[in-house]
Amino acid sequence: MSPPVSQRFLDLLEHHGYDFFTGVPCSLFAGVTRILDREARYGYISAVREDSALGLAAGAYLGGRQPVVFMQNSGLGVSVNAIVSLNQIYDIPALLVVSWRGRPERPEGPEGRGDDDAPEHLIMGAVMEDFLRLLTIPFALLEPATLERDVDELTRTMHATRKPVALVVPKGVLHQ
Amino acid sequence: MGSGWLAIACNGMIGRELYTHADAPSRFYMIGSMGLASSIGLGLAIVQPSRIVVVFDGDGNVLMSLGVLGSVAAAAPANFYHVVFDNAAHGSTGDQCTISDRVPIEKVAVAAGYRRSIRVRSASELDHTLSRFFTEPGPAMLLVEVERGNQPGIGRVESSPAELTARFRRAAME
Repeated sequence: MSPPVSQRFLDLLEHHGYDFFTGVPCSLFAGVTRILDREARYGYISAVREDSALGLAAGAYLGGRQPVVFMQNSGLGVSVNAIVSLNQIYDIPALLVVSWRGRPERPEGPEGRGDDDAPEHLIMGAVMEDFLRLLTIPFALLEPATLERDVDELTRTMHATRKPVALVVPKGVLHQ
Repeated sequence: MGSGWLAIACNGMIGRELYTHADAPSRFYMIGSMGLASSIGLGLAIVQPSRIVVVFDGDGNVLMSLGVLGSVAAAAPANFYHVVFDNAAHGSTGDQCTISDRVPIEKVAVAAGYRRSIRVRSASELDHTLSRFFTEPGPAMLLVEVERGNQPGIGRVESSPAELTARFRRAAME
């Protein structure tokens, strides 16, 4: 039996050199956080806020590590100033693993957007991709079929630019 | 500061004063991202446990990220030293009041779980405290009451942020 996709995902990150893990959880990648919380070897730091997680990751990078920061897309809002006035101007890279709550699934629905999620997620969910583009963060949508290629390409981009890149986690891939 | 020590200075006048008086590759000066010096210092202290890490912070910065005091306490790195200059004001933007005249930050740190903290009110108290502060394990906070006002003609950090990162990273990974 092959290991669950959450473990395969973490194995893939380690294979690409990621060795510092911090963040704030989301149900969409609960499977990954469960492993990180359980296995001390990852040294996962449960951060109090997403921008603090970016600060922790920046400190780890300054000390020689290659960090990953996990967050819900609501945390992207919290993180804007850290991304633009710390990571991007200081050339401090990180892989952001960002869940996509409020993803528009029925554009024709009564609300005209992703009305299948809780209200607090709908606006960020609808502008998520535009928001990442506005912040000039290269990103890819995590899909099992293209995961290895996307992590490889994003990591290359991250090393070349020394700036954050993002892997967007949709519903139903890393939840268990 | 001892050789091999690493320092993170928060944004604002604190970093500029450190740069002007005692620049070195092992010192990292923040501009922007207010509130994050303690997080950066914590991440650094965790991955470089054999190095002394000093965070130079201000009262406004600590109050903005009070939750991070809990992160420091929970991770409990023995090499983490938090020096807070408290003038109860936002010095860089014109000395507008913070709330630290009514919120004793060093007590919050200990309540959160710092191993120890101390408030000093004068230069002689500071001299007396410094002889022992860094010799005992952290995480520890030294809160220094300072007067408002900035030194006239203090410089701005001349290196670009990206240059600061590159040289600090080399110093930290030596």
